[in-house]
This record gives sequence, C-alpha cells and structure tokens, in this order.
Amino acid sequence: MSTKSPRLSDALEGKEVVICAGSGGVGKTTTSAAIATGLAARGMKVCVLTIDPAKRLADSLGLEELGNDARRVDPKLFEEQEIEMKGELWAMMLDPKATFDELIARQAPDEESRDRVLENPIYQQISGALAGSQEYMAMEKLFELHTEGDYDVLVLDTPPSRNALDFLEAPRRLTQFIEGKSLRVFMKPTGFAAKVAGRGATVALSVMKRIVGFDLIADLAEFFNAFSGMVDGFQARAKRVNKLLAAPTTTFLVVCGPQGEPIDEAVYFHRKLVEAKLPFGGVIVNKVHYPAEKLRGEVEDLPAALTEKLGDEDLGRRVAANFSDYQALAERDARNIEHLAREMRATGVIRVPYLDEDVHDLAGLAQINRYLFATGEERVAMAAGRA
Amino acid sequence: MIVTGKGGVGKTTVAVALGMRAAAAGKRTIVCEVSAQENTSRMFDHAEVGFHEVEMEERLWSISIDPDESMREYVLLQLKVRAMRDMLFRSRIFNYLAAATPGLKELVTIGKIWELARLDRKTKAGRMYDTVIVDAPATGHGVGFLQTPRTFANIARVGPIHSQAQTLDRFITDHDNTGVAIVALPEEMPVNETAALEHDLVEEVGVAVDRVYLNGLYPERFSKEEAESLSALAAGEDGAPKAAARAALSEFGRARSQRAQLARLRRRVQAPVKTLPFLFEPDLGPEAARRLSKRLA
Repeated sequence: MSTKSPRLSDALEGKEVVICAGSGGVGKTTTSAAIATGLAARGMKVCVLTIDPAKRLADSLGLEELGNDARRVDPKLFEEQEIEMKGELWAMMLDPKATFDELIARQAPDEESRDRVLENPIYQQISGALAGSQEYMAMEKLFELHTEGDYDVLVLDTPPSRNALDFLEAPRRLTQFIEGKSLRVFMKPTGFAAKVAGRGATVALSVMKRIVGFDLIADLAEFFNAFSGMVDGFQARAKRVNKLLAAPTTTFLVVCGPQGEPIDEAVYFHRKLVEAKLPFGGVIVNKVHYPAEKLRGEVEDLPAALTEKLGDEDLGRRVAANFSDYQALAERDARNIEHLAREMRATGVIRVPYLDEDVHDLAGLAQINRYLFATGEERVAMAAGRA
Repeated sequence: MIVTGKGGVGKTTVAVALGMRAAAAGKRTIVCEVSAQENTSRMFDHAEVGFHEVEMEERLWSISIDPDESMREYVLLQLKVRAMRDMLFRSRIFNYLAAATPGLKELVTIGKIWELARLDRKTKAGRMYDTVIVDAPATGHGVGFLQTPRTFANIARVGPIHSQAQTLDRFITDHDNTGVAIVALPEEMPVNETAALEHDLVEEVGVAVDRVYLNGLYPERFSKEEAESLSALAAGEDGAPKAAARAALSEFGRARSQRAQLARLRRRVQAPVKTLPFLFEPDLGPEAARRLSKRLA
C-alpha cells in the first residue's frame, strides 16, 4: 500500500483547534500529547486539554498532577529528549464539575438563580457524573480558551467514551436536556411545574407519581425550573460552540488501533463527522505492526538460514515461528488499514508502529512525536531501522 | 460477575471466556452486553441478538441490554392495566423525562441485570440462570455505572424509586453473590489505572473485587542468552534473517517489560491476579475465547 502519506504538519497548518477523537484504549492521550509537543517544538504556544481522570496525560508529560488551570511543561524536560522547544507547551486537566459550576455562574441571570441551581440536590448529584457532561464540558472549556485567545493552538484529548460517537452526541443531548422544546412547554405557568404542584395534575403525572414517587418528580420540576432563566444563554452559547467545531481553523483527527473493531469504529466515526459537516483532518493508527519490507518468501527456508547463522537449530526454528506470527499480525494490520483508507477516502493515514517499549513517559512521547511528524517514507525507514 | 476495565483491554473476550468456563462447569450462564455494539454476538460469530436471551452454546446465552427496552419492560411489570401504560408511553412528559433524566439509562440497565439474576423471574418466559456475566462499560467515567443505584437512592429520598434503587445497590454490593473482575493490560499506565480502579470500586462503591485478569501477556519465547546472540544478527545485513531476529528481540523485550508490569500489578492490587496469554492471531473468534476459557480453570 502507498506510503506517500502527507505530513501531519501539513494537515495541522493554520489550525487553531485540534480535536483527537476515537474510542477508548487506542492511545488518544499519548497522541494528543505528542501532537501538542510537536507543534510547540515548532514555535507555537500550545495548550493540550484532557478530561481523563486517569492522569495519563500528567504522567506522560512528567507532571505530578494537572488542575483545572493550565500548567506549563518544563522545557528542560524536552532538552533531555533532544527536542528543541521553540514555543511553549501547556497542559490542563479538566474538572467537569468545576467547569459546569463556572458555566452556571456565567449563565445565571442573577445570584439567586445561580444558587438555586448550584444548591439543587439533583444538580449536585449529576453535574459531575451526568452522562455526556464530561464531553460537553470539554467543548465548553475549549470554547472558553479559544475565545480568550491566549494560545496559538488548542489540542483536545476527548474523554474516553465507550463509543467515540458519544462525544459528538453528548452536547446535543445535554443542551436538549437543558434547553429543549419540551422543557419550555413545562416551564410555562400551566406547564410541568404547575402540574406537579398538584393543581390540574394530569392522569399521566398521577401514574408517574405512582411509579416514581412524588418527591423525585417535585425535585426534578424544581431542577428544570431553576434552569429556566438560563435557557436562552445556553442556546446561544451552544450555537457558538458548534460554530467553533465546524470552523475551517478546527480539525478532527481520528485516532484508532489496527484491530478490526477499532478500525470499524473509526470508519463509523468518520462517517458521522462528515454527516455533521465537521472538518476531518486525518486518521492516526497507533500500535501498527509494520511488515518487515515484504520479506515473507524471500528466503526459501528461513528456519535453515537462521539455524546456520545462529548455530542453534532449536533457536532458529523458534525465531522463524515467532517471525511468522509477527508477519501475520502485520498483514492483518495492513489489510485493516487499507480498508480504513478506502472507507475514508483518506490518503493521509498516519501509522505509528507498535514500539518495543510501552509508551508512558517523555522519552516514549518524543519517539511517537518523531513518527507523527515524519513523512510516510521516513516512518517506514524509521520502523525498519529501529533496533 | 461484572467484568470491567478501561477501553481496549479485551473485556468482551474475557467476559465470553468466563461465560464459556461457567457453562462448561455445568452452570446455566448468560453474558450481558450493555453497549449495544453486539461485540458479544460477534465474538460467537452469531447474528445480532438484541434485547433477547439467545442461546449461543449449550447452557450459554447472550443478551444485549437496551435501556429503552428495559425501561419499557420495567413499566410493563409495574403497571398491570394496559390503558394506563399505553397512556403513559404516549405521554410527552414521560418520554421527555425518560430520555432526559441523567443516569436513568444506567439505572434501568442495572435493573435488567438484577432481573436476569433473580431466581423467581417475573418476565414472561424468563429463564433461570446460575451465573450472569456482565460485560460492563469501559471505566473512562470512573466507577459511575456501578454507582448509579446509590446516586438515585440519594436523589429520590423516599418513594418507589428510592427503595428500588436501594435494592439494586444492595445487589451490586452483595459480596456473597456479586463480584467484579477487572481486566488489565501489562503496561505502565493500565496497571496504574487498574490499581486506582480497584481502590475506587472497593472504597467508594463497596463492591467485592474478586479477581484481576492481566490480559495479553506475551509468552517468554527467548532467554536472555538467546537474545544476546540474536542482537548481532539484528544489527547485521538486511534481509529476512535480520527482520526475523528483530521480531524475536521485540518479542523478548515486550515479554520482559510485561513481566515487570505483572510484578508491579501484583504489588499494587489486593485481589488475586490471573494472567491470560497474548494470542498471536489476526482476529479473535469463538475458538480463541474457548482457549482462553480453558486457561481460566
């Protein structure tokens, strides 16, 4: 298959927002950090945002911990990895609950409505854990930082979701929840809240009360009611967030692994991006087993050749068998990536090899960074020459 | 048995292997998927199962738990009068709240798991199972899924939802009958995350973590001395022998660093650790799961 993939730096040219998306366990956090490092090394002021509660980003950047405020990564750390840092690298770990609270404070028309929401028991229970709230808050913070304009580029490591699609759907679900049409109906004086209060309760509500319990319905009504003053603000803001996501200065990079399942998910995610008219920048496949330059069949009897060179028949046989296993994985990866490229009509599939050492520190990050920013030909050469 | 762990660690494979193991031991077993991705049925090379209990093999069933269907089933069991439930399903307020109430999907999903595990099932044609295995959602959002019942019990201070959420919470935290297995990978960060996850599951949710499965462990195919003699070949002239030597060294390096991670994991978690081998197979199917299931003995 073609190795003439464009450089990642071309795909990132002129971008202000880079969103790394993909399902869990494919190396998204490492990829985001490596991209941010590469852009910072090239002279830009970059902030990488993660929402990952597992502190993976902090670990890989050599930081003790990250907070809801950005921290600068010590440039000295990169010198040790022979990366010349012309720009600045900042990192931030999002606290969804704190971000949600800030958002409420900003959107509330007055202190009273703000406190009504913040003190509502349902809000307190859900603001950190509500499905989709992490995703929405990630976008919210991204929007806020972009508006403030302190950085040249923002790199977002999307929250680890079961399904990459959750990320695209979450904001819609959440904004619908807060500002949906149905909600507005309930908010009218004759709406939901009034009905719950008892006067003119419909049969539906009385049935629901039987299943759910009156207190919960009343709490929910109060919760929705408390939000009612903020509906317009939320709506306007959601629109601007969506506009930023669709802007030509934004790019979505799909990150995946080479196995069948992650590849299928990446294809599906790409389709959804296109449907949503969001800018797709390219796809990065991590942990690829590179074929050793199509060597299969080059030597007629590999075990014999190895035995001769190693002077050990048993070892020669085992080395050959192991090689065959590796080649099978490499062929599977090549097949899956070909399928991926075909489905996405993408020429820019960036393959990062499965390194011998697992990537969890700056040294590993530097290595990934070199792969990501190399040309396709360079990548193949690096993978082949790697000892 | 609830099988959990971060994304991409092979939860489904382990869940299916555990299911096969239990079925082989004579237990009537069902493997529940909650992500609607039909990974489990694919693992069996079977057509999609949906919200139905479908027999995959002898004594082994599978179901994909859909929250909307679970909610419907729940309401049907609660309301015996057809007119009432028809009215409810048509009601805009009900549909809105059902869709918008945070965590409700997770709650009814756990409710369905609880229902499957009951010995006196109320659903029509409900089969009785000895073992229910749950392929739980990835733990990206921390331990949220398993905490849902308690969150609901706290939100609804009294009333039917409160008592039912409490029942589910007791079910999840019943150490005698419910256990959690964490699936991990032998790499630095997954090991850290597994230790943190075990801590949260035990301390915050209060479940019993019975076992940690370290999945994808490379076999030790080459000794240190052999690796040394391969190094010269790997640095030599290009060709198949060099590439083969490099693949062998790569295998050696991975197997060795993974052993170090295994030792770290054993030090850092309380639950016993069981290793599962990396399978050098392009695509994992039912046969791979069966081989793993034999290793679970």
